Amino acid sequence: MPRKKINIPCHVEYLSVLDEKGKLDEKLEPRMPEELLLKLHRGLLLGRKFDHRLLNLQRQGRIGTFAPITGQEASQLGAVAALRTSDWFVPSFRETAAELWRGRTMESVILSFAGFSEGAKSAAKLNNLPVAVPVASQVVHAVGLAWAIRYRQKDDVAMTFFGDGATSEGDFHEGLNLAALFQLPAIFVCQNNHWAISVPRAKQTHSKTLAQKAVAYDMPGIQVDGNDVLAVYSAAHEAVERARSGGGPTLIECVTYRMMMHTTADDPKRYRTDEEVDAWKKRDPIPRFQTYLKGKGILSAEKIKELEEEIDAEIQAAVDKAEKQIKEGGNPADMFDHTYAQLSPVLMEQREELMQELAAIKEDSHG
Amino acid sequence: MAKMTMVQALNLALRQEMEKDDRVIVLGEDVGLNGGVFRVTEGLFDQFGDQRSLDTPLAESGIVGMSIGMAVYGLRPVCEIQFSGFSYLNFHQIECHAARLRLRSQGQITVPMVLRAPYGGGVRALEHHSESREVFYAHIPGLKMVIPSGPRNARALLVAAIRDPDPVVFFEGKAIYRAFREEVPEEEETIAIGTSRIVREGKDLTMISYGAMMRPTLEAARELKEKDGVEAEVIDLLTISPLDDTLFVKSVTKTGHAVVIHEAPRSFGPGAEVVSRLVEKAFYFLEAPIARVTGFDITIPLFSREQDYLPGVRRIATAARKMLSA
Repeated sequence: MPRKKINIPCHVEYLSVLDEKGKLDEKLEPRMPEELLLKLHRGLLLGRKFDHRLLNLQRQGRIGTFAPITGQEASQLGAVAALRTSDWFVPSFRETAAELWRGRTMESVILSFAGFSEGAKSAAKLNNLPVAVPVASQVVHAVGLAWAIRYRQKDDVAMTFFGDGATSEGDFHEGLNLAALFQLPAIFVCQNNHWAISVPRAKQTHSKTLAQKAVAYDMPGIQVDGNDVLAVYSAAHEAVERARSGGGPTLIECVTYRMMMHTTADDPKRYRTDEEVDAWKKRDPIPRFQTYLKGKGILSAEKIKELEEEIDAEIQAAVDKAEKQIKEGGNPADMFDHTYAQLSPVLMEQREELMQELAAIKEDSHG
Repeated sequence: MAKMTMVQALNLALRQEMEKDDRVIVLGEDVGLNGGVFRVTEGLFDQFGDQRSLDTPLAESGIVGMSIGMAVYGLRPVCEIQFSGFSYLNFHQIECHAARLRLRSQGQITVPMVLRAPYGGGVRALEHHSESREVFYAHIPGLKMVIPSGPRNARALLVAAIRDPDPVVFFEGKAIYRAFREEVPEEEETIAIGTSRIVREGKDLTMISYGAMMRPTLEAARELKEKDGVEAEVIDLLTISPLDDTLFVKSVTKTGHAVVIHEAPRSFGPGAEVVSRLVEKAFYFLEAPIARVTGFDITIPLFSREQDYLPGVRRIATAARKMLSA
């Protein structure tokens, strides 16, 4: 019996449109309306500035632990920018800029990080799932959403986000397999930021790329420069259009970098060098996009300054609003709400127990 | 003897066992170069190298399944799941295999592994980082579930767990990782798994707890003595399963009063088993209904309200007073 080659559809592309200096590959330039380009620019700046403000609040003890996104703004915003409101957004826990893009308010983010469950409440019903902390666990939810979308004969898509570390988890592989098997309108966006806490990308998997994980499932896989918002958008747009028109799922690997710590409880100096971080500073997604927009004549240094001031004021207003709510404190007994649709008799008893205890504490402190 | 935090004491247990026995391998996420997110495995990578202090990819099911394979081969893996809230991903490996291979192979194949994981609230952490789900593991036949309450017993129990012929899930209270220090002897010390301890003697009331809740329990006992003249006997379970009921049953036959304290939710919590044992074995000695001071039957809230959820000194002392005045 001979050995012979089995031909399988196997390719992984790499896409970069704007290089580190903002030089454009004109052949690859996506057609994007000016309004969208400027909205993206605003989203990038807002994501960065809000992240820095959160870090300040955390360092001052005004909020708790959180996972910074700095450096990864383009890889998440370029992807969600290809969605429409009726599509589903399924984040992990490092997509704050994308969450804001999808309509979550800054004050709700601050409230959550200050340890208030109310932060998860949103003003309007948006097709966004809340943050999922257990790594890769949300990937399969996007598959279920995509299955339901098709069952209801809608042309929406479900886009989920996860990191390089998540590709080592079973849920990731189960999700990709299911989506490809059923040819579902799902888009898997991997933010390869090179670090899973202290474990570098090279120690996460023997695979040369993460995009190639798609190959085993006969799904298109593409690696893009995740700090190039145009490349991310192009790949996401293509994947979304394919999914919408019944062409099945796509895996997009955005090569980016976690410029800060895993969470504020982590100290990256223990396991990575400053040189590595400095090298990635040069690949910052924001200046190169600004160079591009300036080249197109739709952005100027002056406009950037105005925009920054506007964003600073917006962030300040959100901080004020959130801190007012934090100060008011809300009702601790609310912790019983939303466990079930209806409070069970046992929970009603326990809620009453807590209320009585709190009343007694109040009385003691007055007496 | 050196004064150590629980983190340092656990580190000592691992280091000494690794020095004595080359079958002992530490593995998990960030346990190598980074020394673990709570630094329990700090220095092991430098001392023993990457073959015995193994940084794994993010794969809880893989870490535990791989530990099972290593244990079957004759090694003594001590895997770390970074937070017990992420241990559900590996739950089926524990339930379906670690706890059953001895039975399935009729004693031919055994799984002498330890799964270490931080548990519990009180450190202002994010969701999934504060829960207390020991009962999931305590419910599994073939598995041992251990929770130390301080540096010295943590070290002694971890050594015993590593040497145990059966799989042990070992929960470490985050709230007491660095909260206080104790003298921990350099020379070997173990505590037999499946034995509880009396940590304070008393005649009026029996308080039964374990893990991070031992601190507020002991403080409540002191307060009851000072303010009410009540002498509480305090029992530290140390092992949740198999549960040692000898000491608390004996204690309650003396005191007639029992309060069980844990931060896990109340219904079907570890306290339910303790209370059942008391009803079965000390019923005629009980002078008042047994009280459970526990977390509520809800997911522990985000940190701004976790102190309202967690049993504290006041809640424990109040329950004791109410019972004694009944």
